[in-house]
Amino acid sequence: MSEVLLDFNNVTMQFGGVTALNEVSLQIKQGEILGLIGPNGAGKTTCFNVMTGVYAPTLGTVSFEGKNLAKLKRFEITKVGIARTFQNIRLFSEMTALENVMVGADARKKASVGGAILRTSRQRHEEKESRERSMELLQFMGISDRAETAARNLPYGYQRRLEIARALATEPKLLCLDEPAAGFNPAEKEELNELILKIREQGYTVLLIEHDMNVVMKVSDRVAVLDFGQKIADGLPADVRNNPAVIAAYLGVEDNAS
Amino acid sequence: MSLVLNFWLRVTALFSGFGEQFRAMNKWQRYSAYGLGVVALYLLPYWPDVPVLGQIVNTPGSQFETVLNDQVVIFVLIALGLNVVVGIAGLLDLGYVGFYAVGAYVTAILTSAHGNLPWLLALPIAVVISMLFGLILGTPTLRLRGDYLAIVTLGFGEIIRLTAKNMDWLGASRGISNIKKPPSMFGLKFGVLDAKPYFYLGLTMVFIVIFILHRLEYSRVGRAWVAIREDEDAAELMGVNTFKFKLWAFTIGAGIGGLAGVHYAGKVGFINPDNFPLQLSILFLAAVVLGGSGNMYGAILGGILVAYMPERLRNFSDKRILVFGIVLVLMMVFRPEGILPKRVGNEHKKRRAKSQEGEVAS
Repeated sequence: MSEVLLDFNNVTMQFGGVTALNEVSLQIKQGEILGLIGPNGAGKTTCFNVMTGVYAPTLGTVSFEGKNLAKLKRFEITKVGIARTFQNIRLFSEMTALENVMVGADARKKASVGGAILRTSRQRHEEKESRERSMELLQFMGISDRAETAARNLPYGYQRRLEIARALATEPKLLCLDEPAAGFNPAEKEELNELILKIREQGYTVLLIEHDMNVVMKVSDRVAVLDFGQKIADGLPADVRNNPAVIAAYLGVEDNAS
Repeated sequence: MSLVLNFWLRVTALFSGFGEQFRAMNKWQRYSAYGLGVVALYLLPYWPDVPVLGQIVNTPGSQFETVLNDQVVIFVLIALGLNVVVGIAGLLDLGYVGFYAVGAYVTAILTSAHGNLPWLLALPIAVVISMLFGLILGTPTLRLRGDYLAIVTLGFGEIIRLTAKNMDWLGASRGISNIKKPPSMFGLKFGVLDAKPYFYLGLTMVFIVIFILHRLEYSRVGRAWVAIREDEDAAELMGVNTFKFKLWAFTIGAGIGGLAGVHYAGKVGFINPDNFPLQLSILFLAAVVLGGSGNMYGAILGGILVAYMPERLRNFSDKRILVFGIVLVLMMVFRPEGILPKRVGNEHKKRRAKSQEGEVAS
């Protein structure tokens, strides 16, 4: 539980004059569920985007298992072992649920054009493996009954879970969930909580961005709080909940507090 | 207008009914149906000789088999290739005629202008060189997206044509003549008058291309292409090496375009830069979009229609392009996804699952 998987070292991210992240340091340890919370615009998603290579940090480094991610292309970062979901669902809408997951599983496969045309034994083996693994993941997420439905025709809850299945298919060490509970009702959130815990049981480390305090507090081992691009708290959920700076960030401070 | 719509619904209903019947067949019945279809296609040049049907398909003013080969087969090949680039991988290529020209010119150079190779040997070389052109064009430009890529490829098509027009080594505007014809094989003689052997050869090329593309489409490569078309960023974050697969789509598309050029050059024996105008790129794209972008069989159908309809309507002489244009506009209004839209989801999958079971069993 103590080995550092992802190390966010003094990361600053600027867009023109806007500083989205200001010297944020954050460590994710092997096997934990880290909740990353903060009010709107605090820089949570920017954190994700820096981690997965969408943006290159202005200053500071991000390393994964001691390996600097700065020089890696986005698809290489996936292969190193970081997978993510998107806050606003971004599935391949004209593909079936199963195919969506298979795209993720393909990340670990090698057969390319030659293999596909000649249908080599390796290609057929990989294809079978992808298909079976993807089907397993759909079952794990509880959405295998709609495996052959085009992603765009799936109900919202299915789409959210399909995103997680697709990310898991890339065999990540670290799974980053960007507001997976957005738009869920309380019962669905409850289900999601269980699912996240189940994912961790399978040996994945989870980074969870959430807006909803209840979800985060329930499943996280540790919670980090961002506000205006700065980390203002980092610790056990119970401690963070009572941290005055966090309460101030979420609820605001009364002017004449005395 | 409702009359047209009603008619259209009937036609599609007819087709879907046919599809269901087809799906209900077992493996052997299906294979024999395929076989019959293939035989029928090879007999196509004889259709105008059939009493009643002949009158329907007949092309006034030009030989039916010449239309089949010089127009239909070429367009189908090209629609297949362009569909990989535009339909499946979602890369808008407005200069596809460039690859077609490269294929034709390489054949001309190797067999006539600057060499004496037989056509059959020039074929693989021309295809490989077309693919190289795809690679050369794709490497810098595939970092661009959408409209920008379209503009660069548009320029590419023109560059190829203008280079051919201005380089003496390429025959300038005179073009290159005496291009070698395919060698006689299987009792087929590739002469000047009879277009049938060329049609058989071209049709065989179409089948080979379909076979290859089918395998690619239902593999990791095909999934990567579609993922890129659907959401390039998400695809990359899911571990798809987007640049590599886009380049593959471009290169494979270029190779097929080049193949069509080789076939064309071998048939006509004479090419010049005016054979490869920008307008052709637009027509190629129209074929893919009309038929059903992203669906191989849609693209084939589009290729057939775009190539064949103007010839069929030749009696209307000047107005045929107008009619053709109106048909295109109506299509875009009433069926923007094309005649045979790409298929995702259940029914299509069930059929595939079935056929895979068949493969395992055999």
